[in-house]
Amino acid sequence: MLEPADRQRFERMVMPHQDAAFNLARWLLRSRADAEDVTQEAMVRAFRFIGSFHGVDARAWLLQIVRNACYTWLEKNRRTDLMTEFDETIHLQPTQSPEAAAVASNERERLMKALETLPARSREVLVLRELEGCSYKEIATITSIPIGTVMSTLARARDGLKRVLSPSTTRDASGKEVHRDV
Amino acid sequence: MTCEISQALLHGYLDGELDPLRAEEFERHLESCSPCIAKLEEQESLRASLRGAKLYERAPAGLAKKIQREIANTRSESDYQWTWVPIFRWIAASAAIVLVMVITYFGVGRIFSGNSGVEQAALTEVIDAHIRSLQPGHLTDVTSTDQHTVKPWFDGKLNYVPPVRDFAENGFPLIGGRLDVLNGRSVAVLVYGRRKHFINVFVWPESSSESAIALTGARNGYQWNYSRAHGMEFCAISDVSATDLHDLSELLQE
Repeated sequence: MLEPADRQRFERMVMPHQDAAFNLARWLLRSRADAEDVTQEAMVRAFRFIGSFHGVDARAWLLQIVRNACYTWLEKNRRTDLMTEFDETIHLQPTQSPEAAAVASNERERLMKALETLPARSREVLVLRELEGCSYKEIATITSIPIGTVMSTLARARDGLKRVLSPSTTRDASGKEVHRDV
Repeated sequence: MTCEISQALLHGYLDGELDPLRAEEFERHLESCSPCIAKLEEQESLRASLRGAKLYERAPAGLAKKIQREIANTRSESDYQWTWVPIFRWIAASAAIVLVMVITYFGVGRIFSGNSGVEQAALTEVIDAHIRSLQPGHLTDVTSTDQHTVKPWFDGKLNYVPPVRDFAENGFPLIGGRLDVLNGRSVAVLVYGRRKHFINVFVWPESSSESAIALTGARNGYQWNYSRAHGMEFCAISDVSATDLHDLSELLQE
């Protein structure tokens, strides 16, 4: 019976990454409660397939499963999340309302909201890079996109975040601040 | 370097993901481009505030327990016992097996065989051989940019003829060839240049004729790329970027 060995392997290699799994799910789903359900489901799936894992990077393997579970969940429950491309007219609105401005006085809240306005594909690379500290190679593995695309997606995501955080000003090519109509 | 190009590179530089040569190029560009300096500083401060904001959210305290409780009642895929599985289990199990096959074939397998396809031990040997080759005088046994000099040199030294081509016009000039030992067996190594870097391409006859596959990875700071074509297996290794190595691999497979 392989059972005890599989359980040990899972405990040793996969369980330590449950925070990473939860964090990715939380940012992809934008909800702690949903993230908890999906993380649990993904971890159980990882356990069932532990026999097919022969690599060395268990975190990337697990995060790949978590990511797939998140997209499947979004597909079923919140399709609009997947269809929304970055659109300034939609995404910039919240930061202009008085309530949002009050909330934005808290820096963490402000960054959190800004990150959540990015499209899922931008959000995930930023979370993997800045919060999880993944290399481009690991991000490529987890998201199944080529390494070159990781770099350009990150560039787009960071520029998007920058725009959400300071919607009224941007820099032109010479570095001068330019005011835009919003 | 135009500013247009450096925009994506800026992020690669910020993340420390450019190969040394490109990083150096970018630093030279920075010396004369104040908008890029401003942008880099802007991105550095954005990163600092992202990291400082403690946005990482850890799993809730009870999650580990819930998972452990659930897997206590779950069998891993390798544990299904066919003799006494009730009928619905049969159905679930076959669906699961199909799923495993699909995932193994299309996803997990493709990507993670990167760590197992080229066996770890073989990979270590390739890396060691690469490092050894960079010692003075070890890179090539025959030094020539002419494929018609390098190819005949292998004649009689091996029981197969490696395909030798110069890719100078694609930016990968042939530097020469040598014999090396992998897994206790003599293999041909073709040496290519890429700017100031060297790429070792180990070539040996295909052991089983599967369809073309390509695997890549990074280890100890070296990029490697494994591919099959023309009845041969190729393993390229170097400190150039993954993209460069990929380009060379495509040329080898043409």
